[in-house]
Amino acid sequence: MSATSSTIVNLPDQRTATLPKKNYINAEDGMLSWLLTGDHKRIAILYLISITFFFFLGGIFAGLIRLELLTPQPDLVASDTYNKLFSMHGIIMVFLFLVPSVPATIGNFLIPIMIGAKDLAFPKINLLSWYLYMAGGLFTLAALVLGGVDTGWTFTTPLSTHYLNTHVVTAGLGVFIIGFSSIFTGLNFIVTIHRMRAPGMTWFRLPLFVWSNYAASILMVLGTPVLAITLVLVVLERTIHIGVFDPTLGGDPLLFQHLFWFYSHPAVYIMILPGMGVISEVISTFSRKRVFGYSAVAFSSVAIALFGFFVWAHHMFIMGVSNYSALVFSLLTMLVAVPSAIKTFNWAFTMQKGSITFETPMMYAFGFLGLFTIGGMTGVFLGALGMDIHLTETYFIVAHFHFVMVGGMLMAFLAGVHFWWPKMTGRMYPEALSKLAAVTTFIGFNLTFLPQFILGYLGMPRRYHSYPPEFQVLNVLSTAGATVLGIGYMLPLIYLAWSLKYGAIAGNNPWQATGLEWQIQSPPLTENFLETPVIDYEAYDYEWLAHKTEHEVTTVG
Amino acid sequence: MDNAIAVAHDTHAEEHHHVALPQHRHHFETEQQQREAGTFGMWLFLLTEIMFFGGLFFAYLLYRNWYNPAFVAASNQLSIPLGTVNTGVLISSGFFMALGVWAAEVRKKGLLVIFLILTTLSGLVFLGVKYFEYKEKWEKHHIPGANFDISEFVNPPINPKTHKPIEQPLAPDMAQKTQVFFSLYFAMTGMHALHMIIGIVLLGWLTWRAQKGEFSSGYVAPIENFGLYWHFVDIVWIFLFPLLYLINRHPGS
Repeated sequence: MSATSSTIVNLPDQRTATLPKKNYINAEDGMLSWLLTGDHKRIAILYLISITFFFFLGGIFAGLIRLELLTPQPDLVASDTYNKLFSMHGIIMVFLFLVPSVPATIGNFLIPIMIGAKDLAFPKINLLSWYLYMAGGLFTLAALVLGGVDTGWTFTTPLSTHYLNTHVVTAGLGVFIIGFSSIFTGLNFIVTIHRMRAPGMTWFRLPLFVWSNYAASILMVLGTPVLAITLVLVVLERTIHIGVFDPTLGGDPLLFQHLFWFYSHPAVYIMILPGMGVISEVISTFSRKRVFGYSAVAFSSVAIALFGFFVWAHHMFIMGVSNYSALVFSLLTMLVAVPSAIKTFNWAFTMQKGSITFETPMMYAFGFLGLFTIGGMTGVFLGALGMDIHLTETYFIVAHFHFVMVGGMLMAFLAGVHFWWPKMTGRMYPEALSKLAAVTTFIGFNLTFLPQFILGYLGMPRRYHSYPPEFQVLNVLSTAGATVLGIGYMLPLIYLAWSLKYGAIAGNNPWQATGLEWQIQSPPLTENFLETPVIDYEAYDYEWLAHKTEHEVTTVG
Repeated sequence: MDNAIAVAHDTHAEEHHHVALPQHRHHFETEQQQREAGTFGMWLFLLTEIMFFGGLFFAYLLYRNWYNPAFVAASNQLSIPLGTVNTGVLISSGFFMALGVWAAEVRKKGLLVIFLILTTLSGLVFLGVKYFEYKEKWEKHHIPGANFDISEFVNPPINPKTHKPIEQPLAPDMAQKTQVFFSLYFAMTGMHALHMIIGIVLLGWLTWRAQKGEFSSGYVAPIENFGLYWHFVDIVWIFLFPLLYLINRHPGS
């Protein structure tokens, strides 16, 4: 069946195939059965719909920013409005899309299945986390509708507490509430992974996706509360004028920076680690090989989480921290590059001599590898003290973190959505169109953000809505790229919706992958497994899968 | 379409073949697993609480270092007797809570309800004392904001016996920084009091459920886990009390 073709896709006979009669989607009917569900898979779907909404909302702001920057003059919006545009873009994308993107959707759906459990340890807390997310989202929308907020996503004091007259409190409370949704997701994952693994599912048989979500959960649980208390203090300083960060009241703005980045640097790893987990699964499946250096990849996730807590001051090199602490933080920053490089090299070695096929998830994964590497390497530039002084607060920074977050994380998210779409819905997405989308995204992305590296290096500062005319060519390229990128993101929205009704029936295991989730029906039952599975094979054991398939063929035949 | 790992069985017949607690949730294999997961989750939550208060403690230590004279002077405004009484009240509430957990474990419904009520009452006494402490700060204009009054720190009252100021007078610049102390004092004790209030609301709910006998037949997880939370809130106070009230009150004397 797969001997002659260059694809591993193995679909059931479409003339006879049907979706399973009983599954989590049709287990109960009605809106309320979704809004009050305790099923981790349904909550994942709720999250998927909500984050998609906020992603496109944030995307609209990005589009407006790029449109304004098409010309050197400030012509589309006033400077105040521009400040609000990039602030809302940042707040929505970071807190409402990137942080929950993979963990709350794909992770929520898959972690219990991957470890052989019926559900997450605390289904009600899982549902509560979605409601908190929505409440935080509503606060953010309220801040937007009431007139926006223009602090940047960083809520920098004393700008945010003393000088501005925009809706900082509303947006701050929104982010505070979303933070708790993130804490509860992380807490649920950690308890589930520790306590709910099926018999035989040892730590070193866990899929690497579980490891990387575990590492991200540690960051969520330890980092987010610090952001929460920081935002509480910002709100209190703004409303009742307690003096903690505002120098006119005796406070210290640098303290805010320390507390804020103590969360927000690890938050970068909250965003990227689950994406790295997706890439491990996808690359192994489409190379038909066990992930090279499984334990090195697993431990590098934990190492990234650990080191991630000790590098925050590299956001503050130009803010007047002492030279000695800057030196130490610069060195520690270099250290984080090591586990990231371990991962990248191991993925490359996984592909070496593998039987690579170019399915859509794999195309996105290739995109991730290249873009994440560039994003990561430029991060090392910025971690170097001398370079940082020159490049910080320019478009170089903007390009760097978009390479990691959009080029890395969003590619990984889309790889994951395509990879597990058949499992979530029971149907395949259209192959040709999705490959087109992957290529469009890759081209659009590079066109948007590569020119920004050059712009930043030449000295164009971020967060301004006008610039000297000599920068226009590169800015036009960037805006053109953003248009292509926008199309690249619209395509999946359309064809994935289409596939819900018209996609080919996927069957249990269209990719012939080894994960536990592929051994059950698609879409799965509410309780995932008919009977608690007993695991007697290592992760990514394709020989085990071949034996199993052979056995099935002989018993059926 | 069946999968090989999970061969079809009549699941309902096999589920709960041991006698299960009514509170046993279906997605846990055993009650033991459910109880362990709950306790583990509670500890993790307390870890997030430590990080939450950690930000405040960090700010306190930083500013105490920077504005030491102001912090010492402002700290003297707090009443050690009231603080000590409150510490005692809080420790006894922790003791009652521990007895409550014991009562649930030995399945004594009446005792459990009594201990939960005693825990609640001590919590309320603590908040009451705190109210009088806050009220005094309000009257003396020691609430940070536009009405904050530094005169007492610039010109401390004279001791009638020795005819000397009872405090080292502060320069107006440093005296302004007492506002930072009171900001942190209200943020930290306020955040602690908020945790107490949440705890008292939960205690009311647990007492009501205990009254119905929910925790007297072997299902003690909510009592145990709430106990962990309540002890955590106590411990936060055990750190707040010395930091805010006790340490280094009279550097010169």
